[in-house]
Amino acid sequence: MPEPVLEVIDLKKHFPVRSSFLGMGSVSQWVRAVDGISFSVGAGETLGVVGESGCGKTTTAKLILAQESATSGEIRFQGQDVTRLKGRDLMEYRRSVQAVFQDPFSSLSPRMRVGDIISEPLEIHTDLSRYNIRTRVGEVLELVGLQPEQASLFPHEFSGGQRQRIAIARALATEAKLIILDEPVSALDVSIRAHILTLLEDLQKQLGVSYVFIGHDLAAVAHISHRIAVMYLGEIVETAESLDLCNDPQHPYTQVLFAASLPSHPDEDKTVLNLSGEVPSAINPPTGCSFHPRCESAMPQCSTFEPTQKTLSVGHMAACHLHEER
Amino acid sequence: MKAVDDITFSLKEGETLGIVGESGCGKTTTCHALFNLLPPGGQLMGGSIHFDGTEITAKSQKEMQKIRGKEMAMILQDPMASLDPLFSIFDQVGEPAYHHRKLRRNSLKTQVEELLGMVRIPSPSIRMKEFPHQMSGGMRQRIVGAMALAGGPKLIVADEPTTNLDVTIQLQYLELLKELQDQTGVALIFVTHNLGIVAKMCNQIAVMYAGKIVEQGTTRDIFNQPQHPYTDALLKSIPVLGNKDPLYVIPGQPPNLAEPPDGCLFHPRCPKADQRCRVEHPPEVVLQNAQSSVCWMTHKEEQHA
Amino acid sequence: MSQISSVKNATVLIFPSIQRIILKSRNLPILPIAIIVAVLFLAIFANLISPHDPERSVKDTETGRPIDNYLPPFWMDGGSIRTPLGTDFHSRDILSRLIHGSRVSLIVGLVGTLAAGLVGTTLGITAGYLGGWWDQIIMRVTDAWLALPSLIFAIFLASVLRPSLWNIVIILALVFWSRYTRQIRAEVLALRERDYVRLAEVTGASRLRVMVKHILPNTLNTVMVLFSLTIGVAIIIEASLSFLGIGVPPPKPAWGLMMADGRGPLIAGKWWISVFPGLCIMLLVLASNLLGDWLRVRLDPQLRNR
Repeated sequence: MPEPVLEVIDLKKHFPVRSSFLGMGSVSQWVRAVDGISFSVGAGETLGVVGESGCGKTTTAKLILAQESATSGEIRFQGQDVTRLKGRDLMEYRRSVQAVFQDPFSSLSPRMRVGDIISEPLEIHTDLSRYNIRTRVGEVLELVGLQPEQASLFPHEFSGGQRQRIAIARALATEAKLIILDEPVSALDVSIRAHILTLLEDLQKQLGVSYVFIGHDLAAVAHISHRIAVMYLGEIVETAESLDLCNDPQHPYTQVLFAASLPSHPDEDKTVLNLSGEVPSAINPPTGCSFHPRCESAMPQCSTFEPTQKTLSVGHMAACHLHEER
Repeated sequence: MKAVDDITFSLKEGETLGIVGESGCGKTTTCHALFNLLPPGGQLMGGSIHFDGTEITAKSQKEMQKIRGKEMAMILQDPMASLDPLFSIFDQVGEPAYHHRKLRRNSLKTQVEELLGMVRIPSPSIRMKEFPHQMSGGMRQRIVGAMALAGGPKLIVADEPTTNLDVTIQLQYLELLKELQDQTGVALIFVTHNLGIVAKMCNQIAVMYAGKIVEQGTTRDIFNQPQHPYTDALLKSIPVLGNKDPLYVIPGQPPNLAEPPDGCLFHPRCPKADQRCRVEHPPEVVLQNAQSSVCWMTHKEEQHA
Repeated sequence: MSQISSVKNATVLIFPSIQRIILKSRNLPILPIAIIVAVLFLAIFANLISPHDPERSVKDTETGRPIDNYLPPFWMDGGSIRTPLGTDFHSRDILSRLIHGSRVSLIVGLVGTLAAGLVGTTLGITAGYLGGWWDQIIMRVTDAWLALPSLIFAIFLASVLRPSLWNIVIILALVFWSRYTRQIRAEVLALRERDYVRLAEVTGASRLRVMVKHILPNTLNTVMVLFSLTIGVAIIIEASLSFLGIGVPPPKPAWGLMMADGRGPLIAGKWWISVFPGLCIMLLVLASNLLGDWLRVRLDPQLRNR
């Protein structure tokens, strides 16, 4: 089996909560933002990550992008451990792993020309001549459906959807193997989302780049992803292939997410949602299974024993006491 | 620049209307016009706006102030923009009741507790002493809902009320609004670009594009047989859960309202446009089921029928 | 069910707002700019424009001896068009001294503020972006520095350093840098959370690169506004130092110095020696303050995006 582009093994990130005012006091508690997650992304594949606020998906993105350092666990990129990289190795890593963020209006530096924005990664990582850089910038602009001549314009002269394209172009400039997309279409209009999602899919087919697509719109994530990981309170509760997850969600939380998503037709029959309360704080997560206080199907052991990931069928895993290992 | 051009719609008690469109289509300006709250530089040119038997366009700002917050209320997208961080929940939820219904002290306190209970805030008598920053996003939006209800309105306009909320919180909130509507008979207008909200909550839909309403009708009719190519394109561009078919991509960009194209405003992006569409603006065609569409294609089909 | 709301044939027009018109038009503040340009002109071409040598007494063309001192401006009795604004104690032409004096005020004002800006902005950006102990140190120093009353501090420095033009520039830089630092740092704290900064870091940009290419250009608005607002104060401080006799040393003309010279004669009714330089100071400071205010409004991002 070909080696996965990205592999995350029991990754944890705990943030200290300091008691003193100036941030220099003793540590009294820990925020368990990411509490032991594992997943992998293959070449040319998209892994979707869904979850609500506080589930840890943004922190996971930061960990993969080396913006935060992991408390424990491993991140492997193309087989190499990149969890604690520094210096030149870190630069090599950054060359191959890029990001696209949610807000098209703050993703591009307002005082730089689009051409300079896209050429920045090239200037940092390569020593191509100015001419070659310009050619490359023109290339990627065309890849995302814009024109090379537009490189001399400023970001404010473009629409939201176009700015996201520019952000994607920048991510592709150094031929990255993996792009982390954090809610890339949430801030865009409905019809523009279709543009960008289709563009991303086409680029993946063309270039073989892998994506980690973080989103809260289940339908959009399911559409673009090959596999999906569902996160809750710093943990992955279920992982499955996209269609598998849509047809047969196994974890009670996943079922809740599906039940809560909006219908695509007024006559669509939806199971009634029975979810109380709100997401608990990540400082003191519930004992045993983190979801048990809100779970309809909670059993006595759910509050004492933490469930392990159990393989339910090919590529489908869930962490729940309801299921026995098959 | 015509932000909103010659639009007509109506709403009955207890009904929910969805105004659907993307940025720049004029839906937010329409809401502002309804409340006679156009921004400086905006002017209502002609037409009439009726509310509960009276003509809004004829009213002065002072008269409008008696209506706003009382008979008609608005819920906005960002609860932190609607809530003042310096005032307690009690002060803010009580304000409409204080001004419009002249409630004081004990009756005011009871009313606020009742309102908070209606929007399912637990332990209202304790919570109302707290401040917005002590509440979660979902709770804040519910408090904004309580504020909207405080004046006893007949109409509530919600402008993208759930955009910043998590999926499960969004659902709880929408179900709450539905319940409140059943209880109080208030009419709702949802202004959104999210067709899922419309599918769930609205009986009627008005689809706006470039300042005009291009299609109107019951939700079911519009989802089942969209008449206007824009509505059709919009429905086809939305990902459906469990469906991996390619999404329809509407070519081109929305028009610049300062220099609109001739004929039908949608024609540069329309797959079905013909010569007439490019030259002449289509009329509104009303079908048998009261669904209407502003399109030459609909017109042609109607003629053949 | 009764009808609640109906809208019929409503049309809403949006006119471009007054604000938009002002911001998008070339509506420059003519008067302040004219004044500043005029002073610049005088300063640059002082040698050509000035009718007499500002440091020497005006000589009578026939006799070669100095003409009368304390001549009034030409529109008063006894005044002559040869010395339009009158002469001072040493029979030096006031107008020539005013023209040459503009050099001092401008150089000191501009360069001093520029130097302050360079130091202050660099410290502000590094403190805001790098954070940590560097930030702590700079902030404590800035806070302490800001607490010093500028004029008194300037006087203290002037008494310590030898009087000269460039030393005054240094003094101004030392007095004013902290104003920039505090404000720039606050802005940088917000800027560094922006997505484009984050993305630059993800791309692998070095901290220096981020500060120079992403943070600095986006603070330029604030820097420009601070600059034009500080020039006025700098010019006044320089004038005050000259007035007190510890500024630019004579015989080089400086407006503040001229005002000091004219203090005595003022009581005797010879007002022109103090008043004209005072007017000049006032005009220049007013012009730069107005320009700074206009810039601040023009460049305010909240107004810009509407």
